Amino acid sequence: MIVADRKPLDEILNSIKDCDRIMLAGCGGCVTICFSGGAKAVQLLASQIKIARKKQDRPIEIIEVTPERQCEYEFIDALAEDLKSVDAVLSIACGVGVQAMTERHPDTVTLPGLNTKFMGYPVEHALWDERCAGCGDCVLEWTGGICPIARCAKKLLNGPCGGSADGVCEVDKELPCAWQLIYDRLKKIGKLDNLKKIREPKDWRTSTNAGQRKIKFEEAML
Amino acid sequence: MKSDSRLEKVLTAGRFAVTAELGPPQNANAEAVRKKAQHCIGNVEAANITDNQTAIVRMSSIAAAAIAISCGVEPVVQMVCRDRNRIAMQSDILGAAALGVKNILCLSGDHQTFGNHPQAANVYDIDSMQLIAMVKAMRDDKIFLSGDPIKEHEPRLFIGAVENPFADPFEYRVMRLAKKVEAGADFIQTQCVFDIEKFAKWMETVVAEGLHERTYIMAGLTPVRSHRALQYMKTQVAGMSIPDELIKRMEAVEDKEQQKEEGVKICLEMIDHVRNIKGVSGIHLMPIGWESITPVILKRADLLPRPEV
Ligand code: SF4
Ligand code: SF4
Repeated sequence: MIVADRKPLDEILNSIKDCDRIMLAGCGGCVTICFSGGAKAVQLLASQIKIARKKQDRPIEIIEVTPERQCEYEFIDALAEDLKSVDAVLSIACGVGVQAMTERHPDTVTLPGLNTKFMGYPVEHALWDERCAGCGDCVLEWTGGICPIARCAKKLLNGPCGGSADGVCEVDKELPCAWQLIYDRLKKIGKLDNLKKIREPKDWRTSTNAGQRKIKFEEAML
Repeated sequence: MKSDSRLEKVLTAGRFAVTAELGPPQNANAEAVRKKAQHCIGNVEAANITDNQTAIVRMSSIAAAAIAISCGVEPVVQMVCRDRNRIAMQSDILGAAALGVKNILCLSGDHQTFGNHPQAANVYDIDSMQLIAMVKAMRDDKIFLSGDPIKEHEPRLFIGAVENPFADPFEYRVMRLAKKVEAGADFIQTQCVFDIEKFAKWMETVVAEGLHERTYIMAGLTPVRSHRALQYMKTQVAGMSIPDELIKRMEAVEDKEQQKEEGVKICLEMIDHVRNIKGVSGIHLMPIGWESITPVILKRADLLPRPEV
């Protein structure tokens, strides 16, 4: 899932400082699960904004909505009518949702209320860890299901750097060294030989280095 | 000969080789490089010119290497994967060779969060293993990483790599060294040895795998001036193994000057130790911020004058 985090309230207030009426749009997808953009988060943020604006003696009206997914046209097209009366949309979906709103409702300005962070999952209650950087050419087959691109601070493909010690990464003692994890995992499944081969430099064109990526699913084309 | 480097000549002649570190300044002062180079002239086979070490911006290692050459010091240009992509790296490799550089050391590099620009994007387009293979292919196969031919004047560099016998996973360290040798590492400089027992154990496996016959292993050594410096390295530098006895031994000496002398003595003992370990072909001195001690140590270790080759 996509994991995102709320922007600081001051930054949000500043972005909507010229608005008297906004739509605060959450999303029922990933950000609901990570607590940053679901219906509850919409409610909470709306009241925080209202209180802050009241204090500034500039009350604001807020339409609260939480479409099932903000990244699909069919769920956000229904908002068109309400959008006519607002100065802006404050979106607390991920960056994809913000852009879908912008594209689908070009006459309205949509502002981001979240910082979209990564793809990952909760490893314990209320704690999300990054797992995939969407590199476009997955290597998990030979790394024992542990990603060196998203989880090694140097994206190394040929084993741990010299700073790996006691299982933690040199960059942050709170982070496990991805290569220690890979080593342990491959040892456990009897695949240490996978580490002997010299891995060639990665072709980063499949990642974020060759412009926006597209996927076409031919079979499903109408 | 793969290159025309003095380091390669000394090592292939089977002589015990010596290299030392020369850190470029955090400014544009060529004189600072010349001054440090004085400690190296005639005393070492080659001087490692560090590449923005600990991710702190310094004079470019290739520029400092050119200054070292003008002083009569053969440089080992260090190149880290943190700051440049494959295009910039290959371009710099050509440039370095054109300036007369004959040795290169390939490293991944300290992460930028350690340095003075933690906000920087990191590159890591290729890793140190891939860098070694790339330099080797440029030299031996006369091709760029893309496969395009280098039609003439290929860079002829003696290729070095680093290995840290004290990092984890310990069992994997020798396998990784074998990979570096396979990729094309002609020589290896190790992380600073303080834990001689662990180093000897690592060397045993290296020798058992026959790796000492396929590459030259140089033991990294750092003379320290105070117990504080040791303590600092133990707690702050990732992947360092420093026995407590060493710290206690330094601590027991109260006088500052005498502590320095104790640090030199420890370094001399280490040199003695590693010289007697099978498979060790030389030493690499890293006197962090204390370059003037290099000739003193080498003289007292009976490593001067350097052999004629
Ligand atoms: S290798 Fe690439 S696609 Fe696979 S998990 Fe890692 S970043 Fe994602
Ligand atoms: S310590 Fe491990 S995870 Fe961290 S940069 Fe080095 S190899 Fe990667």
